[in-house]
Amino acid sequence: MSAPVTPKVRLATVWLDGCSGCHMSLLDTDERLIELAKRVTVVWGPLVDLKEFPAEVDVTLVEGAISSEEDLHRIKMVRARTKLLVSLGDCAVTGNVPAMRNKFGASAVLRRAYLENVTLDPQIPREIIPALLPSVRPVHEAVPVDLFIPGCPPSADLIFSVLSGLLEGKVSNPAAKFG
Amino acid sequence: MPRQKIVIDPVTRIEGHSKISLHLDEQGRVEEAYFHVTQLRGFEKFCEGRPFYEMPSLMARICGICPVSHLIASAKACDAILAVRIPETAVRLRTVLNLAQIVQSHALSFFYLSSPDLLLGMDSDPALRNIFGVAEAHPEIARDGVRLRQFGQQAIEWLAGKRIHPSWVVPGGVNEPLSAANRDRILAGMPEALAIARRTLDWFKTGMERFREEIRTFANSPTLFMGLVNDKGGLEFYDGKLRFLDAGGHVVQDGVAAADYGEYIGELAHPWTYLKTSYFKPLGYPEGVYRVGPLARLNIIDGCDTPLASQEWAEFRELDRGAVLSSFHYHYARLVEILYALEKIEQLLQAPDILDPNVRALASANQSEGVGVAEAPRGTLMHHYKVDRDGLITWANLIIATGHNNAAMNRGVLQVARHFVQGNKLTEGMLNRVEAVIRAFDPCLSCSTHADGHLALEIDLRAHDGKLLDTLSN
Repeated sequence: MSAPVTPKVRLATVWLDGCSGCHMSLLDTDERLIELAKRVTVVWGPLVDLKEFPAEVDVTLVEGAISSEEDLHRIKMVRARTKLLVSLGDCAVTGNVPAMRNKFGASAVLRRAYLENVTLDPQIPREIIPALLPSVRPVHEAVPVDLFIPGCPPSADLIFSVLSGLLEGKVSNPAAKFG
Repeated sequence: MPRQKIVIDPVTRIEGHSKISLHLDEQGRVEEAYFHVTQLRGFEKFCEGRPFYEMPSLMARICGICPVSHLIASAKACDAILAVRIPETAVRLRTVLNLAQIVQSHALSFFYLSSPDLLLGMDSDPALRNIFGVAEAHPEIARDGVRLRQFGQQAIEWLAGKRIHPSWVVPGGVNEPLSAANRDRILAGMPEALAIARRTLDWFKTGMERFREEIRTFANSPTLFMGLVNDKGGLEFYDGKLRFLDAGGHVVQDGVAAADYGEYIGELAHPWTYLKTSYFKPLGYPEGVYRVGPLARLNIIDGCDTPLASQEWAEFRELDRGAVLSSFHYHYARLVEILYALEKIEQLLQAPDILDPNVRALASANQSEGVGVAEAPRGTLMHHYKVDRDGLITWANLIIATGHNNAAMNRGVLQVARHFVQGNKLTEGMLNRVEAVIRAFDPCLSCSTHADGHLALEIDLRAHDGKLLDTLSN
């Protein structure tokens, strides 16, 4: 393999409180994804094996809302290490379905799942795993976001056109920026 | 050396958030292992007060990988609330949709998530051990994976109007008949998809010999198995009755109707994970631990009704005298199921009544309770709702494939870790195998923590006294 002439763009994808549908929509670019991979290096995300979010990432796509202490911690670290942060899909952009729990509160949700709908050893899990935040929030309430791609999920064509634009150095849809 | 704990965080190339902790003794041997799911989402609670007919579209948002399974289980629970028998063509269309999803989800699991371990090696460079690395080293295989997943996703789009979170499946049936043009577009892709499925099975079977040690240790222990079977005892994804089988291959419970699941399946909560564990109630916990999903389905059935998959199934069952026990063979079973799903889609689409315009039964809420069960890619999926007189949801319980497999996954992590992990000379490849056993199950953590959580996979190495000795990050 010969070394690439220009350094590849360093792309990360992050999955917070969402259903992974936005990541699936990214995969729905099908064979275009393989072409895309020739111009970018996916440095972190559910499809690759690195355990620690690297420094100096060019673009990070964030799927999902901020739901737990771990999500909050992670998004702050991601923001600090990313040049251009993109909220991908409605959960990241607005809180969407995960934020439906806000009406009930985290403890009501925990009670239903672990005390009521259980036949043996009802108990609310508290060891090792991260605690839920009192309410689910969109990403831009936790950290500044540079670009928003709405949709549940955003279509593969939309994601591809935004990424292609970014590779050419242009933020392709500044009109979609809000929040 | 002191006792240690290793945390693998996050577990990668799986669908969801999780971590693994391994506890080591003074000799660096693994004593205990835990698979922690670190996410909880809350669907069982926050659906309260919503109209029942919103449930299929809302519940689909549990999972972007298998939204179709949730659409179908949810719509079936709603059919029961309507108290209608839905048109035959609607049943067949939902079946085709579910099978298309089996193809795309299994292709995702096998090619995008697990093939890097199988093709590049468990000990290969973690920076390249991913689908993009496979595309460099084996471009034709990566392309097969992309094309096979694309076939399933496109079939879903041509049936339901959208690849992810379509709104086509509704209480009472589906909201639009299939057009001849879309049927023909799906069928046109079939020869390529079938060819990919067959050649993938060929290279996988040929290469299996290299994974003898993994086959021996990947959650390879006796458990029960559960899944739906049809009225002939055959492979079934849409409807049917629940069957429980023991490790020796004997049926222990058969013919359980969906609505009676609560008599046979219990759920257990743990302090250290958001993922609950299901067990077979008559035997209690832990004796009643069972597995679901591709391996379980191929174990419990008496046969399947398509020619190519039938042959592959017979060969698969020769792996063991009783039930096939190694969870490594989930991969193999997934490939056989892809072949079955393709053949069955072709059969169903070639029947003339598939274009019948009568695809929806209309009614309002006639029952206060409904249960819907279907086979999702990862195993049996159950949606159970109660509604008030206005049809607003008052209570919901969801039991999801990954929860059925929770105990077996935890045992598998322990078995693999005991075999491969040596605390005094830890390598990345050892820990990758601990993750690979989880990948074999193809858990879906956003699904399984639908209730209100998040699965994170992390490995800490801790000493006897709980002191953190090492955390491996690559």
